[in-house]
Amino acid sequence: MNAVLRTVLQRLGLGVVTLFVVSIIIFSTIEMLPGNFARAILGQSATPETVAAFQRELGLDRSPVERYVTWIGGVARGDFGESFASAGSLSGERRSVSSLIAPRLANTLFLAGMTALIAVPLALVLGMLAALYRNSIFDRTVNLLTLTTIAVPEFFVAYILMLVLAIKFPIFYSLANVSPDTPLLERLTRSALPALTLVLVIVAHMMRMTRAAIINLLASPYIEMAQLKGIPASRIIYRHALPNAWAPIVNVIALNLAYLVVGVVVVEVVFVYPGIGQLMVDAVSARDIPVVQACALIFAAAYILLNLSADIVSVITNPKLLHPR
Amino acid sequence: MSIELQNDIGLTPSDVVAAELMASPTKPSRPARTTLQWIGVELRKAPVTAWFGLVVITAYLLVALLAPVLAPYGESVLAGNSYEPWSREFIFGTDQLGRDMLSRLIYGARNTITIALLTTALSFMIGGSLGLLAAALGGWTDQLLSRAIDVLMSIPQLIFALVLLSIFGSSVTNLILIIAVLDATRVFRLTRAVAMNVAVLEFVEAARLQGERLHWIMGREILPNVMPPLVAEFGLRFCFVFLTISALSFLGLGIQPPTADWGSMVRENATLITYGDVTPLLPAGAIALLTVAVNFVVDWFLHKTSGLKDEG
Repeated sequence: MNAVLRTVLQRLGLGVVTLFVVSIIIFSTIEMLPGNFARAILGQSATPETVAAFQRELGLDRSPVERYVTWIGGVARGDFGESFASAGSLSGERRSVSSLIAPRLANTLFLAGMTALIAVPLALVLGMLAALYRNSIFDRTVNLLTLTTIAVPEFFVAYILMLVLAIKFPIFYSLANVSPDTPLLERLTRSALPALTLVLVIVAHMMRMTRAAIINLLASPYIEMAQLKGIPASRIIYRHALPNAWAPIVNVIALNLAYLVVGVVVVEVVFVYPGIGQLMVDAVSARDIPVVQACALIFAAAYILLNLSADIVSVITNPKLLHPR
Repeated sequence: MSIELQNDIGLTPSDVVAAELMASPTKPSRPARTTLQWIGVELRKAPVTAWFGLVVITAYLLVALLAPVLAPYGESVLAGNSYEPWSREFIFGTDQLGRDMLSRLIYGARNTITIALLTTALSFMIGGSLGLLAAALGGWTDQLLSRAIDVLMSIPQLIFALVLLSIFGSSVTNLILIIAVLDATRVFRLTRAVAMNVAVLEFVEAARLQGERLHWIMGREILPNVMPPLVAEFGLRFCFVFLTISALSFLGLGIQPPTADWGSMVRENATLITYGDVTPLLPAGAIALLTVAVNFVVDWFLHKTSGLKDEG
């Protein structure tokens, strides 16, 4: 058990280091801009005084290390600094990045959670059925469908769903404009289409991996033993193969939830869902760097954490990995 | 039969090819064929999906090459009123500014495919040469490169691209450079993995002892032996790059107007969907069809070049 603990701690340490390095990378991208950032934002016609004032206002006149330490210290306390959105203009108070992000992060987590709740059981059931009836018409159809959904862009799936389920047959809303005071039931129906799109995108991969993991196990001697004993196929899959397939399956679930992090950006824009992905896209076109950096850090952290948990689960459940060569 | 074989084992394409590289490439002796004859024979045996893919890809390339001949109107000519319905004059109607949809689709093929191909080629040059370098040198170079790539890969690609675009601004050059560099990390991983297996073989050792230069070992000894997986990966990476560029354009951060591009065309005409008009699905479908076609061909190619053939 000590070995497990050590490996897990090692992975956790590695995760923290990665997160630290990633925060440096995200922060220092602003230093990569050739020339002067303030001038690039304000335009060539800006007077030197305006540029200097703008830089002072944003703290760009201090050294990069000093600014990084201030920034990361703030991040640790949940303070991501202030948005550029109204900076440089004379009027208007500046909004803190956290106040922009907080409500939207909750929305995105709601959408991701809803997607995961539908997608994970669906993928497991479909994967098991495909493994059970492999090479049947059902298996081939599901295979072809999933291959196709993997290969096509998210917005294609999204618009087809919107066209069919919101416009031709008005079952759901085409726009998912939820607000904090939307009641839960309405929130669910309004978020149905974005969630459904994301489900279609991630179910494909999860289902294929579940199928592959189970079929891989079906070649093992103990499965053959069970077959020779005359146990029905469904019971073999459920009782004998599945418990041993958990490690790869949990792994693939975590990896796909990590993929969700990226998929959510496009889908939120399609359905005008007020989440953090849409905020990031808006911030990128407005070149609102503090917001972009904060969103990127949150996305990267979620991605790293999910990958890390996939890693840890596969360590805990697989004794072979505990004693690497 | 053999397609199922490949799926059942649940291997990813690179696994399959890596496994194939490990196995000794002894082939049953058969009368020598010229490359053209070989291609002819393989094509006749190809599955329907591969044929479908090849036909689609050829059609796209032809459209891209012949865009000015095929398109009834210019790329950004205001030919009619905005959002005109489908008619004899405008086969797929017009877009939000009154430009002919069909012409934009045709020019979009040219722009989007060219940019995606350039980006993929660049990312293979960067990632491939670094991967070969890491495999050929090993030791500290390998460790340093691999760890740096690990860190870069721990940021989701689209998110990283968004951060870089917000700093550098959206232009075609920036787009190509940013996505090529980010995508090179994946190419590096694969190249290094397959090249590592080759770099330890006797003939590479012999070349080293012979005192061959590094670029000879990388380019003439290792590279020819890792070509099949890299070619397959080129197809997959092309799809991925194509989807990333389309997604960025769709978000309004990729290829900028008035250049015709499928991703931005979906965005510009998306409002039509709410009136039950399928026009915005055309560019999106064009993207989907191409990526699916490339996937089919890559599947077939991997199957051909991997050791999983069931008959000689």
